[in-house]
Amino acid sequence: MQIFDVIVIGGGHAGVEAAAAAARLGARTALLTQDRRAIGRMSCNPAIGGLGRGQLVREVDALDGIMARAIDRAGIQFRMLAADKGAAVRAPRIQADRRAYEAAVQALLAEQADLQVLEAEAVDLILEEGRVRGVIDQEGCSLRAEAVVLTTGTFLRGEIHLGEERRPAGRLGERPSVRLPERLAAAGITLGRLKTGTPPRLRRDSIDWAALQAQPGDDPPVPMSFLTDRIGQKQVECRITWTNPATHALIRADLARSPVFSGQITAGGVRYCPSIEDKVVRFADRERHQVFLEPEGADDPLVYPNGISTALPREVQVALVRSIAGLERAEIAQFGYAIEYDHVDPRELGPDLAMRRLPGLYLAGQINGTTGYEEAAGQGIVAGINAALLAAGRPPFMLERSQAMIGVMIDDLVSRGVTEPYRMFTSRSEFRLSLRADNADLRLTEGGISLGVVGAERRKAHLAKLQALELGRELLRRISVTPGEAAVHGMAVQADGRRRDGFDLLRLPDIGLGRLVPLAPALADLPGAVQEQLVIEARYATYLARQEAEVRRFRAQEELALPVDLDYRGIPGLSAEVVAVLSRARPRSLGAAARIPGVTPAATARLLRFVERPGASAA
Amino acid sequence: MLRISGPAALQALARLGVARPPEPRRAVLARLRDGPDGPPVDQAVVLRFVAPASFTGEDLVELQHHGGIGVRRMLAAALGRMPGLRPAEPGEFTRRAYLAGKLDLAEVEGLGDLIEATTARGVRAALSRLEGSVGRRVGQWHEQLMELRAAVEAELDFAADQADVASGALGRIRPDMMRLRAELAEALARAPVAERLRHGFVVTVVGAPNVGKSSLVNLLAGREVAIVTDRPGTTRDPVEVALDLDGLPVTLIDTAGLRDSDDPIEQEGMRRARDKAASADLVLELVDAREPVLPARPAVPVAAGQVRLVVANKTDLASAPADHLAISCRTGAGIDRLLARVAAALAAPDQAEAGAVPVGARAEAALREALVALDDALATVHLPEPVLVAEALRQASQALARITGAGADAEDVLDRIFSRFCIGK
Repeated sequence: MQIFDVIVIGGGHAGVEAAAAAARLGARTALLTQDRRAIGRMSCNPAIGGLGRGQLVREVDALDGIMARAIDRAGIQFRMLAADKGAAVRAPRIQADRRAYEAAVQALLAEQADLQVLEAEAVDLILEEGRVRGVIDQEGCSLRAEAVVLTTGTFLRGEIHLGEERRPAGRLGERPSVRLPERLAAAGITLGRLKTGTPPRLRRDSIDWAALQAQPGDDPPVPMSFLTDRIGQKQVECRITWTNPATHALIRADLARSPVFSGQITAGGVRYCPSIEDKVVRFADRERHQVFLEPEGADDPLVYPNGISTALPREVQVALVRSIAGLERAEIAQFGYAIEYDHVDPRELGPDLAMRRLPGLYLAGQINGTTGYEEAAGQGIVAGINAALLAAGRPPFMLERSQAMIGVMIDDLVSRGVTEPYRMFTSRSEFRLSLRADNADLRLTEGGISLGVVGAERRKAHLAKLQALELGRELLRRISVTPGEAAVHGMAVQADGRRRDGFDLLRLPDIGLGRLVPLAPALADLPGAVQEQLVIEARYATYLARQEAEVRRFRAQEELALPVDLDYRGIPGLSAEVVAVLSRARPRSLGAAARIPGVTPAATARLLRFVERPGASAA
Repeated sequence: MLRISGPAALQALARLGVARPPEPRRAVLARLRDGPDGPPVDQAVVLRFVAPASFTGEDLVELQHHGGIGVRRMLAAALGRMPGLRPAEPGEFTRRAYLAGKLDLAEVEGLGDLIEATTARGVRAALSRLEGSVGRRVGQWHEQLMELRAAVEAELDFAADQADVASGALGRIRPDMMRLRAELAEALARAPVAERLRHGFVVTVVGAPNVGKSSLVNLLAGREVAIVTDRPGTTRDPVEVALDLDGLPVTLIDTAGLRDSDDPIEQEGMRRARDKAASADLVLELVDAREPVLPARPAVPVAAGQVRLVVANKTDLASAPADHLAISCRTGAGIDRLLARVAAALAAPDQAEAGAVPVGARAEAALREALVALDDALATVHLPEPVLVAEALRQASQALARITGAGADAEDVLDRIFSRFCIGK
């Protein structure tokens, strides 16, 4: 029998972050996977980041996670999305070399002390006195631990649909887990069923690549990780093509054979990642849909056609692909499919991602009803940290909505639940002006350092950055020019006789930091990330001040704590519906309760008497 | 009574012209002004409590003022213009009191009931047929805002990697934002009129001494509220009677006999009567049918938009001129016709339309917040920062959602985006 502090089940993006974070906190950690070569695999599109999601990856990185450093090593096309739409929404998206990414993740895990990777299948949980105490593997061996993190993705009763075919599976070619969901169901935990899909993969040498419109990356590429200085590896171009009326006619003719429309699939799908058959039906008036042809690696033989996810029968997939410009002779290396899987109702979880009814068990990733590598990683790092903290007898770590996009995501999940796979969007956050990709380290790394989850290298780099930033602020404050002096330097300001400092000047339209270098030469020596930060601080100053006031109001509500074990049925005046939603969500605070759909202001007022007043005695 | 709670309570009092705050827990009489050096509004008994020894546990000022709705509105408006002050949410004083440990559980128990009761009473008290149109109007504004948000958010969250979401939404939605802004501004300008509809119309009965003003008020109220005697000058203060006139909430004000007098108390009564009558929606000018000649000068100047009806009483003793409304308080003759005329005059079309405007201090504050946020959105629309526009629109929609109770959350915006655009690669 082996004994660990933390066992993480699953080697996907949630499991990787959970295991690495637990080990960074000093917990003896085991990562259980069916296949160690599959660790860090990108089971869908070969890219990391994007709008909303780039923020998540930067936050994981700020807590010294794996994902950003791995993609910086494996990225073959770097793009800053929404670069022209303001710093608050700007986010990096990076195309990956799939194999190089897996290798980078596995190498980073191998460097991590206190972390063991075990090839084993967890078939059951060890339960003692209602508490999870470890897992049992397929050989019947017990692996004991203080805390277990379940990150099994779509492996819970997964079922693949391809045309009229259906078969149980996790990902294509891998086995699904059947016993674990039964164990969860036996504990009375609510499970739901969701659907997602993936497009066919094409052979690169069968595509008329040169004939298609090119989509280049940024030059120079901006790294994902705060620790990466520059990107050295070769960069590639993607290509863009379009479906056409002939493609749509083919799809319509065989629509009844798609499991999505034949009734074979009943689970809820994703509206923002629809199959091509969904798009053709729902947007019938459109004559074409865009398809991004994304190489799966610098020298990889496969191409991922982003935009034509489908579960149509094989021969229809071949025909529809070949109806598209540039793909007339394309060969399919692996067919697209849809997958249905069980997920746990995330309202069963607390904001620390601990399962309320099974103490010692943490859940992260797709099992909680989310979609995307980045969402998985964001939950994984929080679950892993909390598993290690539990094992060490320390209080849990939670991120608030006002602190991090990860906090927004987890709060949405545990208080509202999911009806479709949950994906991050910046619009989900009421504080996105401050929850930016560029300042994730300034928001989270210091807390990570005091928690102990941030390693020595990042700690040093972060402190250096803080110093440089403080120096930069001082340089800007020390600038003092009259309108006349500003004019000498080519900056037109109102001739009001008022002296302006560097922050004032940066708020002028079209004035970048470079224009201030003649006034404060040392600015030029500051690192690029610090320069960018100074400009953002200047430009957003008014809006950030306003948002800070909102954050204070929000915090005041969050500090009104509600007991987790409150019996809502016993509260007079609450409707049965309100009792039901509150009993399921178990809000930690009055603020969280008020955010739950269906909880009225009057009901919130009735909860007031249960607020645990700070400083009130227990007697 | 008006309560002001919080660290700025004393500043607020100064704002009402009371520069020297009273000793704690000692009642003093003070003149309240509209602004530190503004015109006097009313006299009030002012009480001051110092944190933590107050109902809410914070610095607290209580104003026990004389005036009715009009005075209350002016005071609220004067305070509302002060930064950092806002109308209390329903039950907020109680909530603060509880959180400061000033109330026990049993007292707090009543809070939920109170909020529900207030809401129910508010709905009942309002003109229900107009209430529907208020909800619809704010609902429409809210709907427009959510559509604007969807357009901007689609550009923020999807345009960069979605070919189906065209760029340039900001330029397209600017005219819609301007139109919405104009509608909100107009509604705010009309809010005071609309508030009359909710809180009631003021109808004054004026006339020479002993023409039967108090008799008429008593008859309408169906109970003895004012002392009715034959001696001139008996009624010294205006007397208010709440009436339900054909579904319209009406406050009927009896006035002292409007005449010159040497008695200082009576003079004060005259002054108040004139003030009340000046702010009334409708003035019933009562004359004695035996002396149908109008006074050489109107007893009360008729304000703009104010309806004036001349009513001849005591028609059981003499017949009234044709252009007078004839009644007899003694026999009750003509009273039904009088009430019908009053109701018709109050429910005039422009008033009814004003009812489609949200009223009440909280709704007005929310509307103002939405307007300010829309101004912010318009002020940033030309910047290369659509996120600032999106944030301002979010604030505007949340403010309106507080009036209607509709959801203004992110999920709703995303629903709109997904139904309009083909999102997803």
